Amino acid sequence: MAKADIDVKYVAELARLELPPERFAAVERDLASIVDYIAELNEVDVTGVEPTAHAAALSNVWREDAATDSGLRDAMLKNAPALVNGCLVKVAKVLPGEESN
Amino acid sequence: MADTLDRKTVHELAAGLAEKRWSSVEIVKDCLDAVRTRDKEIHAFLKFDADDALREAALSDERRAAGKALSAYDGIPVGIKDNIAVRDTTVSCASKLLENVVSPYDATAVAKLRARGFIPFGRLNMDEFAMGSSCENSAFGRTMNPRDTSRVPGGSSGGSAAAVAADLVPAALGSDTGGSIRQPAAFCGVVGLKPTYGRVSRFGLVAFASSLDQIGPLAKDVIDAGIILDTVSGKDEKDSTCLPLDPASSSAAAMEGAERRALDGLVFGMPKEYFSGPLAPGVAKIMEQTVAQIRSMGGKIVDVSLPHTKYAVAVYYIIATAEASANLARFDAVRYGRRIDGADLVDTYFKSRGAGFGQEVIRRILLGTYVLSSGYYDAYYLKAQKVRTLIRRDFAEAYKQCDLLLTPVTPAPAFKFGEKSDPLQMYLSDIFTIALNLSGQCGISVPAGTDEATGMPVGVQFLAPELEENRLLRAAAAFEAVRG
Repeated sequence: MAKADIDVKYVAELARLELPPERFAAVERDLASIVDYIAELNEVDVTGVEPTAHAAALSNVWREDAATDSGLRDAMLKNAPALVNGCLVKVAKVLPGEESN
Repeated sequence: MADTLDRKTVHELAAGLAEKRWSSVEIVKDCLDAVRTRDKEIHAFLKFDADDALREAALSDERRAAGKALSAYDGIPVGIKDNIAVRDTTVSCASKLLENVVSPYDATAVAKLRARGFIPFGRLNMDEFAMGSSCENSAFGRTMNPRDTSRVPGGSSGGSAAAVAADLVPAALGSDTGGSIRQPAAFCGVVGLKPTYGRVSRFGLVAFASSLDQIGPLAKDVIDAGIILDTVSGKDEKDSTCLPLDPASSSAAAMEGAERRALDGLVFGMPKEYFSGPLAPGVAKIMEQTVAQIRSMGGKIVDVSLPHTKYAVAVYYIIATAEASANLARFDAVRYGRRIDGADLVDTYFKSRGAGFGQEVIRRILLGTYVLSSGYYDAYYLKAQKVRTLIRRDFAEAYKQCDLLLTPVTPAPAFKFGEKSDPLQMYLSDIFTIALNLSGQCGISVPAGTDEATGMPVGVQFLAPELEENRLLRAAAAFEAVRG
């Protein structure tokens, strides 16, 4: 069976994961063997078969569009790695030239 | 040795509480003693809060003394897998990335346990983000199988299964995405139930693969599994995929089955595809004994076919990893989690995620990202969803000929640590459990004997159509009662 061709560096970029370059080869080998295995699905004829996205036969579950207060703000903020003024989550600059803090 | 815990079930503990043979404080103290002593060599628990558990137990005893017990089970502790939120407690999913994240709220399943007086107890070890079949993928050390500490407890709910098997807690919650309740239950010799998809709210369960994940019990017997299912099931406005149904009433069905000890013409289908691959001799022997026992109890055995079985693992590892790559994208260490500052925001994502996730989680995120990436989506993800439809149809066809399905849980008993180092070999060991998550139906793993070669427990799996938990538990409890 042909070995799958996977660009691990590119996929890791899509996934926002820093991977040490020395791990690329091992990860590629693992992924390729799995991708080769899942390629056996090619032999299944799915002509006219609808995809199943979900096991529960539910659609359009509605509720009133009403705002409620979870009361969890302070507890949520306690998990933040860094805060500004005790009430905002501190993040690195998103746009160049922006003021932080 | 813990007096109140030793092999005692939830319903036995409840009877003892009612008869004042013991108090909730005594039960919790026994749990604490057991965890402090015997869990040293098993490592089922990542952590526990003794003061909180004792406080809850004292409150329970006060309620009971005042005639205000919340249910017959008020004051009984239940262990909680580390991916299910308990308020003011860490919910780390056995991951470094979430090591110190504290949940501000209870998962709905936990809130429902509390509403009947159960005491959520401790954080149970697991494969990181529920990705694994051996508990070897925990960032905080592996859990050992209580029957043989050189062997894995199974996974991903390995801590839950080991804790129940070792009498550290009377019952536990786990989660099952591809067999993560049933497989460790079989490896450790306890009962594990995966309810129908949508039976139990997933609110507060950290999502791995949202269309497959389901919370369920690990317990000492089928009746207890029913009691926990009845407690945690039912509609929840916080999870729109949770079915708008009343809570299950399966414990009554299980009690009926245990009392009747007969199968009254129930037809059990055995999928021939499940017996075409390699099966350890000990597992094959116990399947034969199970068939004989079912027949002697008045059950009928028929051969059925699930023709797309051989594709289930491939479909599963596409769908589960695709969903995981999307679900785990939220862990960016901005609002919570262990942040490693980089040169800019995007670099912070890369560094925090790269350092925070373990190898198996990274492997699955990458696989999921790959199968969803431009140019591959139709070939992998869409194709897998279509084959998932065929797998669901297989089950629907099979249930035209039988009431329940009977299968092994795993091809072999618990393996040794390090024995399955190749990821694909590990994935293939889930062959008998994952189709059920793709179909969305319910299934239970029940201890059925001991493998002579290894001395390890072996389970059998009963499967039933969606929302047929009563049929499932009635039959499983009858089987269990006769097997003893």
